[in-house]
Amino acid sequence: MDYNFHWRPVFKTLPDLLQSAVLTLEVAILSMILGILFGLALSLIRINMTGPLKWFAVSWIELARNTPALLQLFFFGFGLGAFGIHFSPFLIVLMGLTFNNAGYLAENFRGGFNAIPDTQVRASLSLGMNNFQTYTRIIIPQVLRIVYHPMTNQMVWAVLMSSLGMLVGFRELSGETQFFASKTYRIFEYFAVTAVIYYVLVKIILGASRLMANRLFKY
Amino acid sequence: MESAATYFSGFNPNDLWFLGEAALRTLWISFWAISIGSILGVFLGLALSVSRLVAFTLGTILDIFRSVPLIIQLVLFFNFAPIIGLRLNPFEAGLIVLIVYTSAYVANVARAGIEAVGIPMRRAARSLGMNYWQDLRYVVWPIGLRAVFPAWVGVALGVLKDSALVSILGYVELLKASQILMTRTQEAILILSIAGAFYFALSYPISYYATRLEQRWSQ
Repeated sequence: MDYNFHWRPVFKTLPDLLQSAVLTLEVAILSMILGILFGLALSLIRINMTGPLKWFAVSWIELARNTPALLQLFFFGFGLGAFGIHFSPFLIVLMGLTFNNAGYLAENFRGGFNAIPDTQVRASLSLGMNNFQTYTRIIIPQVLRIVYHPMTNQMVWAVLMSSLGMLVGFRELSGETQFFASKTYRIFEYFAVTAVIYYVLVKIILGASRLMANRLFKY
Repeated sequence: MESAATYFSGFNPNDLWFLGEAALRTLWISFWAISIGSILGVFLGLALSVSRLVAFTLGTILDIFRSVPLIIQLVLFFNFAPIIGLRLNPFEAGLIVLIVYTSAYVANVARAGIEAVGIPMRRAARSLGMNYWQDLRYVVWPIGLRAVFPAWVGVALGVLKDSALVSILGYVELLKASQILMTRTQEAILILSIAGAFYFALSYPISYYATRLEQRWSQ
């Protein structure tokens, strides 16, 4: 083994790496918020509707779940580029992750909704609640408990998937790492440090989610 | 503009063949990664369920592979192998990383399966005169497998899709092939759709069949 490790260039640029880690978190959180909204809509459409709208929801969900995330990113990046629609790398990654998150979350939500017995809906309707109240007061609080853990997992996935941004020119943690790695040619050292940063990010998310669960599900 | 046109050539039927071959290569690398990774993962899962000390140390190590993006693991290993004197081609390096990645996920699935079989059941098996391995083979395996089969299929499909990332090492699988064609033909939408259709055709039947099997088992 005649390879000399040089960690100094990595530590010199560590502040830049950490800054780009914040960008990674930003895009992951944003894509998660949008993914939850779209996923909720998709699952409700898939459960309650028929016709072209349902067809649209089902094909979104199945496409998101059965093709690689990288391919989806390429579609938003290069595919739409063919129509002359060009987005910034940030938007490409955000849209790709949102598309993917929404597909996976929709199925989680569907499982959650199916777990609530129909009788509860009828009971709350007969108590004089309207549809909206039934959803917000009876169904959603219970569904949230069921989908909380899968949602946390999806958030971790969003952070890990955002690393694909490096292949569409987005300078988040991985992109920034690749930029510095090719500048200094210290590829192993840079990616090793980045791996550690990702590990810490994931642990922070899991810890935060556990704290939030303690708060949310006290009763 | 006219001179630019000569650098590119349109999409022709031969390219479809090229993509088909690349899809087979995707299938090839994921087949080996899933089968070897699963066998390894089952034994790791067994080790995880045996003692608390092993569960802690081994669990922490396996956790690293699930908390660091696959793309980082691939780059890291591909650049680390020469340092310790290994000469690997992209296929071998990608396969090794995918195997370890798969086994880290399968280990957790396997542990859940083993824990799904109650301790009283296993004690009953032992008191009927079965030895440890017979207990595992004839009691834990059939019951645990049914409990975690859907989770295992999820992991397998995940690996099939994640094998797209091996393209960054230069292994010409489906996604790399479509990147090559995109560069040559400049018809991103068409090629990405075909590649997506290939992935969908590989992944959807498995997930559909697994759901059917699961329903049949639960009856």
